[in-house]
Amino acid sequence: MPKGQGQIELAGLVKSFDGVTRAVDGVNLVIPDGAYCCFLGPSGCGKTTILRMIAGHEDPTEGEILIGGENVVGLPPVERRTAMMFQSYALFPHLSVRDNIAFSLRVRGVPKAERLKAADAMVEKVKLTELRDRLPNQLSGGQQQRVALARAAITQPRVLLLDEPLSALDEQLRVQMRAELRRMQRDLGITFVHVTHTQHEAIALADMVVVMEHGQIRQAGAARDVYAFPRDRYVAEFLGGQNVISGRVESSAEGFVAIRPPEQKPIRVRCGTTKEPERGAQADVAVRRDDIVLLKPSDTVDPSLVMLTGRVRTLEYQGSFVKVMLDPVGQDDFIVYVPERKFFETPFQIGEPAFAAWEVEHGRLLA
Amino acid sequence: MSAEPVAVRPSPDAHPQASAQAPGLVRRKAIAPSKGKRPWTFYALAALFTAYVLALYGPMFCIYVLSFQDVRGDLVFPVRGFPSLWWFDQLFSQAQTGDIKGAFNRSIVLAILVTVLTVVISFLSGLAFRRKFRGDTAIFTVMIGSLVAPGLVLGIGVGLLFSALGLETHWYSSALGAHLSWTLPFGVLVMFAVMSRFDHVWEEASRDLGATRWQTIRMVMIPVLAPGLIAVALFGFTLSYDEFARSVQTAGALNTLPLEIWSMTLNITSPSLYALGTVTTLVSFVIIIASLYAIAALQKRRAQRQAGH
Repeated sequence: MPKGQGQIELAGLVKSFDGVTRAVDGVNLVIPDGAYCCFLGPSGCGKTTILRMIAGHEDPTEGEILIGGENVVGLPPVERRTAMMFQSYALFPHLSVRDNIAFSLRVRGVPKAERLKAADAMVEKVKLTELRDRLPNQLSGGQQQRVALARAAITQPRVLLLDEPLSALDEQLRVQMRAELRRMQRDLGITFVHVTHTQHEAIALADMVVVMEHGQIRQAGAARDVYAFPRDRYVAEFLGGQNVISGRVESSAEGFVAIRPPEQKPIRVRCGTTKEPERGAQADVAVRRDDIVLLKPSDTVDPSLVMLTGRVRTLEYQGSFVKVMLDPVGQDDFIVYVPERKFFETPFQIGEPAFAAWEVEHGRLLA
Repeated sequence: MSAEPVAVRPSPDAHPQASAQAPGLVRRKAIAPSKGKRPWTFYALAALFTAYVLALYGPMFCIYVLSFQDVRGDLVFPVRGFPSLWWFDQLFSQAQTGDIKGAFNRSIVLAILVTVLTVVISFLSGLAFRRKFRGDTAIFTVMIGSLVAPGLVLGIGVGLLFSALGLETHWYSSALGAHLSWTLPFGVLVMFAVMSRFDHVWEEASRDLGATRWQTIRMVMIPVLAPGLIAVALFGFTLSYDEFARSVQTAGALNTLPLEIWSMTLNITSPSLYALGTVTTLVSFVIIIASLYAIAALQKRRAQRQAGH
């Protein structure tokens, strides 16, 4: 397969089902060939609609979809060389594992002996040889998923589209199958586009994470970029792991801004790539939960640190760390992950006053 | 992946204290009623059920028993010379009983025609009614309307319509139409129930894997819906095979089997009549059992796949 075959380009993509509201509202994106791309967003954000348009099960209202440089709008799935794995797998209930996998060869008129041989090879690849004569309802969720994967892969697609593939599985299996999906993607070397509403899944799997809201892309980039450097409040809150503090801009100088949250001292943050906000405007600052140090009022404090004061509201033991919830900024959650050993050196009690401090460089001004 | 079943039944001496101190409490714990004493409702319902079964099968059973008499037999009890196949022999050898063989053939052919048309049309309307379309409720209402119309009246109507159009009534034209007015609504209703269990995503998956629309119908929809389609066929066949009311004014010059039997009751006064009843019931049963067996075999074949390698 020539290089670049599995590159997907979405240009000005719009989908409206009723002619009034837009389920997908002007999406532009390039997914590189051979990438594992995750669309992440709450239900109804348009991520599944985009997937179905790439697959050819839905036609865009406006815009173009290019796969490997050619516009595929209007082509049936086979001619796009895409394959889809449906949310509940959509295995044919009357066909055995083997016949399910061989289905695409059967409709293409491949002789029986030949297609069963190809199917058996694929069955082996997903380690289902023992179960190849079973019917789908005699398989576990994880096994069904492997059949669905094999059935899609046997068509030799250049793009595999996965619609919430792990949502039907229980937690433990989900983590297992996640690894299997990633392995399969490396083996096949094709582009995977995976839709999910679970941020853990997205950042664990994807080379590229696309965060969506209301039919639009909020941020697209490498998993680490999106997680560690969220562009706005929505992305920061959706991916989690961050505290977002709102306040009024007090002053700005030399690329730094001072923002005062209600009833707190101002916090300093570097502007970075974000446009410098005006004085008096509202602005959001994000700080990672694991970048924050908890201090007692009696501790000596490094004056260069940024600090908020509050009281401990709840404590949750999480094994490797302790999740401490403070109440410094009104109703918003403010959570600090304290490494387990460190927490128990100087434990906090619920209701105890505490300082949450972090280095200026760890704060991020959000757009 | 499945959890091991865990025995939750406590051993009898698990709570020796409880049984010693509060026997009443322990007895109340039993969920299944004890076998010793049944509530009076059990006997009332059992009696009702027995009466129901008797009313259902008693009359038929009388016919069957009386059909196995010998030459001395009569139309009423007591039974004479049981068991004997004399009247069956009479039924097939003599000419006096009328054109039973012809009527039987016509009824079978008519029932097969009705079955095929019912299955095909019900399947197609099942496909159509999955989505909303203009006038869908109107069509549905009209269809149900023909279910509640009295059969005899409907048959007369068909007969009148044919004569108004200057057409002759035949069992294969007017009677066929009259039967379809009865079997189609049934078939479509059954099909709705069957279709509701068909997941639209299977069609999409089939398309995704490169199947044409026709291939999807042939390789996915029909096999998945097969038990339901057999049920529709069974409905169509049995409703048509023993249809009397809708046939009276529509069958034309040649009788169908129910009409033939009816005319026999008017002029034959021998247990041959009962023998005929036994034979036709037998045919119905064979067809029903064959259909049920076909459904069971379909499901069994699916289930058995796990055993084979």
